[in-house]
Amino acid sequence: MDLHQLWTIVSTPDNVPIVLLLFVVPFYTWYGLRQAFANDRLIAQLEGDPAMAKTHHRKVQPYKAGWAKEVHVWPYLLRIEFLAAIIVTVILMVWSITLNAPLEEPSNPTLTMNPSKAPWYFLGLQEMLVYFDPWMAGVVMPSLIIIGLMVIPYIDSNPLGNGYYTYKQRKFSILTFIFGFIVLWVSMIVIGTLIRGPGWMWFWPGTTWDHNRLIFEVNRDLPDIFGITGRIAKIIFGAVVVGMYLVAAGILIHKLITKTAFNRKIYARMSVLQYVVMQTFLIIMLSLPVKILARQLFRIKYVWVTPWFNI
Amino acid sequence: MAETNGHNTNPPASTPGGNGSGQGNGKGGGVVTKVLANAKAVQARATEEFKETIKAPEKTDLWKSVLRVKHDETPRSRALGVLSNVFLHLHPAKINRDAVAYNYTWGMGGMTFYVYITLVFTGTLLMFYYHPSKIVAFRDILYLESDVPFGKLLRNMHRWGAHLMVIMVELHMFRVFLTGSYKKPREFNWVVGVLLLVLTLLLSFTGYLLPDDQLGFWAVTVGTNMARATPLLGHMGPFGPQLGMTPFNDVRFGLLGGSIVDSNALLRAYIWHCVAIPIIASAFMVVHFWRVRKDGGISGPAPVVLESEIKDVKKV
Repeated sequence: MDLHQLWTIVSTPDNVPIVLLLFVVPFYTWYGLRQAFANDRLIAQLEGDPAMAKTHHRKVQPYKAGWAKEVHVWPYLLRIEFLAAIIVTVILMVWSITLNAPLEEPSNPTLTMNPSKAPWYFLGLQEMLVYFDPWMAGVVMPSLIIIGLMVIPYIDSNPLGNGYYTYKQRKFSILTFIFGFIVLWVSMIVIGTLIRGPGWMWFWPGTTWDHNRLIFEVNRDLPDIFGITGRIAKIIFGAVVVGMYLVAAGILIHKLITKTAFNRKIYARMSVLQYVVMQTFLIIMLSLPVKILARQLFRIKYVWVTPWFNI
Repeated sequence: MAETNGHNTNPPASTPGGNGSGQGNGKGGGVVTKVLANAKAVQARATEEFKETIKAPEKTDLWKSVLRVKHDETPRSRALGVLSNVFLHLHPAKINRDAVAYNYTWGMGGMTFYVYITLVFTGTLLMFYYHPSKIVAFRDILYLESDVPFGKLLRNMHRWGAHLMVIMVELHMFRVFLTGSYKKPREFNWVVGVLLLVLTLLLSFTGYLLPDDQLGFWAVTVGTNMARATPLLGHMGPFGPQLGMTPFNDVRFGLLGGSIVDSNALLRAYIWHCVAIPIIASAFMVVHFWRVRKDGGISGPAPVVLESEIKDVKKV
């Protein structure tokens, strides 16, 4: 156990935000889901008691018959905003007084840093480079993440859960977002920051960053495993395998979104275009963990090898 | 006013004496007492007016001209206080009583905007001490850290504020998703929000290069190396070479103003970071906040809707 190495990584000034993330992301996940479950209990209660549903104010917040529905922004909101501004200023000041921004040696193109890392919020993308070529991990995937986020409101045909926390009424979308945000985005950032060391090799927290470490791992292309040698045969084989993945993932996702009676009800509200767009983005999103597993379990480098691109 | 009044009453009495200030003694003495008496009256008047002003400053013309409306404990005046103020008028006069509790919104959107303002402020101050030139950029940072009063604090605040902003934007997005706030009628504002997230990351990324140290240099090198792998538009991307892409005409060249991260890249990062992206981001922020209001304020906490109450979609 090399505590000094661990401390060096954790206390590197630019890594502090990631250490902060390790605390705030679980906290706010719990904080949001706790309210979601509270609302879910209320919803279950109201669904079991139609008479109560007619008269209930339908919130978990305290309620009394005489209370005004609305309050004045001044002072009830502005004082909170003022307080928040003061607290943020104090936090920022204390942080800035106690911890200095990093400044390393003057830039030197002839001296490559090892590991050389992108800013922390792009480390998820850099981590993806292990599994995909740069054109996928650095260009196509980020573009698809941005567009995929933008289309969310237009493909979510579930009218429930608009303006209140709920888990039960939006299971599929909440789980998908948590999977995308926490598993594929935040945890990849954490891995890229805290675990990847020299040569972008995997160093568990607490082990020493050994700059002379060598890993003998042979990653093979899928066509080679199957003994396919011809160039055109490889292209066709890869296309078939990728096509099979698309179909399999599509069926799996279709099964998931038509699993329960409620899911089928929401599915029935979707237009064909909404369904196709949603399938496209979910299949591509799922390809990342699938490729990670293919690499980690079977040491597969590329699935589809062509003279122009490899996947 | 008091002074003018004093002058108006004075001249008839003091003119004779005033003409011959060095003439007869008896006459002169009378004039002095008169002047003193007048001065005393003016003084008493001024004191009284001063007291009145202190007692009720809100009745002065100056006060009224600045604040325009009466501020007291009435609901009307509380509403006007928000509506007649350019900075506050993006708020409605009244909001959902449950929406002021921290647990629904987490306050992340507002705090993000506040941190952005802090960054604009510290960033502007930093610009006074920084030249976007390969020769002096790094030395400017050293100068800033060791010689400029509070320079180190300024740089630290800018750095940590930037990180904080990225974290807050992501958490804001997480909250908006969990509460389903992107649903009708707020779909497009979610799209604007995604663009703001991208702009936030770009702002942070372009700022990374500016100190011109090893950290920024290699981070930007790694980051922009992705661009040369762009399909069709990068010289190492799929079908790029077939379309005639070289290191000197592809999309990475356009980003860096050269084939390597050098002085042109520094200047470009500086202009994107300090001028172009802040303007674009501010424009989107204006739209974002405006639409929050136009879409009916923040989304909740709204009363829960039951599954049995879903209305059928209109089939086209």
